[in-house]
Amino acid sequence: MYNSIEDARPGAIANLETPEHLTRDWLEGRIFGAEKKGWAGEKDFKIVGALSGATKRTVEPVGPHFLAHARRSRHNRTFSEDERLQAQNNVKKTETEEDDDISEDEDPMMLAREAKDWKGQDHYAVLGLKKYRWRATPEQIKRAHRKKVLRHHPDKKAAQGKSDENDSFFKCIQKATDLLLDPTRRRQFDSVDENADVEPPTKKLTGSKFYKAWNPVFVAEGRFSNKQPVPTLGDEDSTQEHVETFYNFWYNFDSWRTFEYLDEDVPDDGESRDQKRHVEKKNANARRKRKTEDTVRLRELVDECLASDERIKKFRQQARAGKDAKRLAKEEEIRRLKEEKEKAKAAEEQRKKDAEEAAKADREKAKKAKEAAKNASKKNKRILKGSVKDVNYFAAGEPSAADIDGVLTDVDLIMGKIDVDELAALAEKLTIAGTDSAAVKTAWSGEAQRLVDAGKLKAGEAKVFV
Amino acid sequence: MGDAANSASTEAERFAIGISFGNSCSSIARISPEGKAEVIANEEGDRQIPSILSYIEGEEYHGTQAKAQLVRNSGNTVAYFRDFVGKEFKSIDPTPCHQSAHPQQKDSTVAFTIRDTESETPNTVTVSEITTRHLQRLRRSASDYLGKDVNAAVVTIPTDFTDAQREALVASAKAAGIDVLQLIHEPVAAVMAYDARPEATVTDKLVVVADFGGTRSDVAVVACRGGMYTILATAHDYELGGASLDQIVIDHFAKEFMKKHKTDPRENARGLAKLKLECEATRKALSLSSNAQLSIESLVDGVDYGSTINRTRFELLAGKVFSQFTGLIQQVVKKAELDVLDIDEVIFSGGVSHTPKLATLTSNIFPEKTKILAPAASVTAVNPSELSARGAAFQASLIQEFEHEDIEQSIHPMVTVAPHLTKAIGVEFTSQTDSNFQPLLGAETALPARRIAQYFAPKEGGDVLVRVCEGARDIKVTKPEPKAKEDKPAQDEDDSDFDSEDEEEEEIREIVWKTENPVAELSVKGVKAGSKIEVMVHVNADLGLQIAVREVGAQNAVRGAVNGSA
Repeated sequence: MYNSIEDARPGAIANLETPEHLTRDWLEGRIFGAEKKGWAGEKDFKIVGALSGATKRTVEPVGPHFLAHARRSRHNRTFSEDERLQAQNNVKKTETEEDDDISEDEDPMMLAREAKDWKGQDHYAVLGLKKYRWRATPEQIKRAHRKKVLRHHPDKKAAQGKSDENDSFFKCIQKATDLLLDPTRRRQFDSVDENADVEPPTKKLTGSKFYKAWNPVFVAEGRFSNKQPVPTLGDEDSTQEHVETFYNFWYNFDSWRTFEYLDEDVPDDGESRDQKRHVEKKNANARRKRKTEDTVRLRELVDECLASDERIKKFRQQARAGKDAKRLAKEEEIRRLKEEKEKAKAAEEQRKKDAEEAAKADREKAKKAKEAAKNASKKNKRILKGSVKDVNYFAAGEPSAADIDGVLTDVDLIMGKIDVDELAALAEKLTIAGTDSAAVKTAWSGEAQRLVDAGKLKAGEAKVFV
Repeated sequence: MGDAANSASTEAERFAIGISFGNSCSSIARISPEGKAEVIANEEGDRQIPSILSYIEGEEYHGTQAKAQLVRNSGNTVAYFRDFVGKEFKSIDPTPCHQSAHPQQKDSTVAFTIRDTESETPNTVTVSEITTRHLQRLRRSASDYLGKDVNAAVVTIPTDFTDAQREALVASAKAAGIDVLQLIHEPVAAVMAYDARPEATVTDKLVVVADFGGTRSDVAVVACRGGMYTILATAHDYELGGASLDQIVIDHFAKEFMKKHKTDPRENARGLAKLKLECEATRKALSLSSNAQLSIESLVDGVDYGSTINRTRFELLAGKVFSQFTGLIQQVVKKAELDVLDIDEVIFSGGVSHTPKLATLTSNIFPEKTKILAPAASVTAVNPSELSARGAAFQASLIQEFEHEDIEQSIHPMVTVAPHLTKAIGVEFTSQTDSNFQPLLGAETALPARRIAQYFAPKEGGDVLVRVCEGARDIKVTKPEPKAKEDKPAQDEDDSDFDSEDEEEEEIREIVWKTENPVAELSVKGVKAGSKIEVMVHVNADLGLQIAVREVGAQNAVRGAVNGSA
């Protein structure tokens, strides 16, 4: 087909790379009427008009072609510039890919292998993928296979004149590729691929050596994990959370490792069924045993690593230090609280004492005042009683007993009705009145009248002082 | 350990999938190492996972299991909540939730009151939280299936999602541990799902994407120009969907039941729920076979009920609803100011698109050259329920490696808003009798754009003139007989026999291109006989043109530039 290029870019999907669209081919000869009059045929190029306006719309930001559009408009590239840059990028990528799996040397011993004992061969070594092993991607395996086949194909050998009819290594390559491209069988082989194991260090290591020696061990063991990604060992600066996650992961390790690869061949001739069952049973037992052993081995491995991990000790010390600090702080707090309590108690006591003393003083003062008042009122009463006596009970001559009694009854009555202040006032008035009988009587009568007005005394109750 | 590993690996390793999050169903997809889109089944083997969560005694049920709870545990079952995300309570339509937990108002957002813990007191859970839980389940399903921690996704959304809804959805996804790389529109995802197939080629086309979902229908016209997509028009119907068809089946069986037993199963809440669940299954079965059964244990008052329905019956009953679907398609074509003749493809998306009658009715509207991509009309059609998820997965595979900043810059309006051609640009061919316009860049092509095409030169060779012009599309109507009827009316609900008889009298409508505005003329001298001419037209964003014409195989090309008018 005719190639017509659009603004397509080599995208993620191969089919979109070179769209063969917009190809127009009209086979009838009615194209390009060069001779037709009225066309400006003299010059090569002539402008006869301009495009009519454009509308602004939003392009949906999806798809490889939009990404190409976005790249162009963001970097201000034209179609051809962008094509060139993208092409350059792609070239670089393939080159580095080609570089990195230059095949490894082939061991002459390996080349002499027989295909029939394929179980014993190192499939990765056969394909020259020793440095990748379980990390090799299917793509790499395919490429390695192609490369090996190119070198070891029997036809190639025949062409070189080495017609020794020995294509056993070629068969080995085929076996290895078949096995490694089948995910199940590859796992079975990876499970028992001792060459990929990393031996743990034999002696106790400290400092950075510890991490350097143990890290590859766990990376290698991590290939059996059902859970990916596998947490790393970290280094001396790892957080406690990281370290705990790491050990928890390894103590709860979920492994897909199987030992089917080491099975004894089950005879498949139809005759000895019992024999077949026997072998199958033996194989199953052996697998189980190996699996258990492997679990135990891994556990011991992790135990060993944990025992010599300095971070655990560090965290414990930190925890203890933290705990101590906490305890001290707590004690300090308790002490402080106690002191405060005692202080408060003392202050309270002092305050109470002061209050008591003040109350006592007040009481004494009040007592004194009361006594003084008492004395004063006694004195006043004496004056009151004396006043009537001094004026001879208002009688002209010797007062009769009835006179005395009447006057005294009234005096007592009034004295009983009046309070201390009124008593003092009355006493003062009487003192001024002295022995003047009329003045004394007026004072008393006034007092009686005041009491009557105040409603404390009934009118006519006082007989003499009216 | 999961969380610690998560936070560590977000930076280091991003693993993205495509998520189609619908009101009724959600699906998840990824691009397999072989480059094919693959929809992931969840633990129960469902590829369409009902967007439903249900709680019993503090245990969470999701998907099909939760859907079954609509009968017995409807109060604690949350369904059809996608459209509530990021919306205010007063602006939502709660009708679809009639038979599940009812939406309630909480600080102007939407929430559900459900008993999602073991305690007796119900909790108020916002719709964002529900979305987070739903997405978490989807993420877990994908992670379990793929064996890798899925931490990023491209999520599809309807074209009428507001910025607030987008933000709410992204935030909910973030809470579920999903880094949303991009939100893409559902119709475009559907187109891309087709275009990303290994056998597909990039063509310029106008596509109608009809997305008929469980509770709503959306139709869009998308212009595909050199692999770039522009939405020209959209139409939405929020009441039309699978539920409308279910209702017809429900009514049919309910009437049948009433004839026998004198009670209406629709009046009993549980009976209605059972009937709804089973009728939905029956309706889906009718899309695949011409007969479908329905059997419900203890529908009402302990009466078991079983019956069958055939497809013709269903299609007769649902004729009105079908015409609503097709009417929506016609409406959107009109809205885009196009004619049915302009449409190159109709892509059916969404669960209801399995219905065969819809495809046949639609193909009656469009001319024969229009490809109807529905399972009933085309064997190569992709499962309509999976289109959005596949498109999202494809986009996810494209931008998985990109930095966030890079993506944001690329979807910025500075980049996405581009001038589009109003008229087609093409080359005019002149023969002795008449001139003929051949479009090279269609209308609505985003600028800048470049096209290259090759044409055969005249057999005898000689000097060749190329004229680049703008063209206009006309619809030529030829009437074979004078008594021909009006062509325009939509023929939806009549039966097909009548249609085919009618066709004889129908007028013939076809697209004719007319040269409108010549832009430039170029001449190539001395072309050899039988060779080809290659024309390259490059249109700048400012409407400037660069044109180059050369004979294929020749070194020298005739070049010229027309300055932009804008």
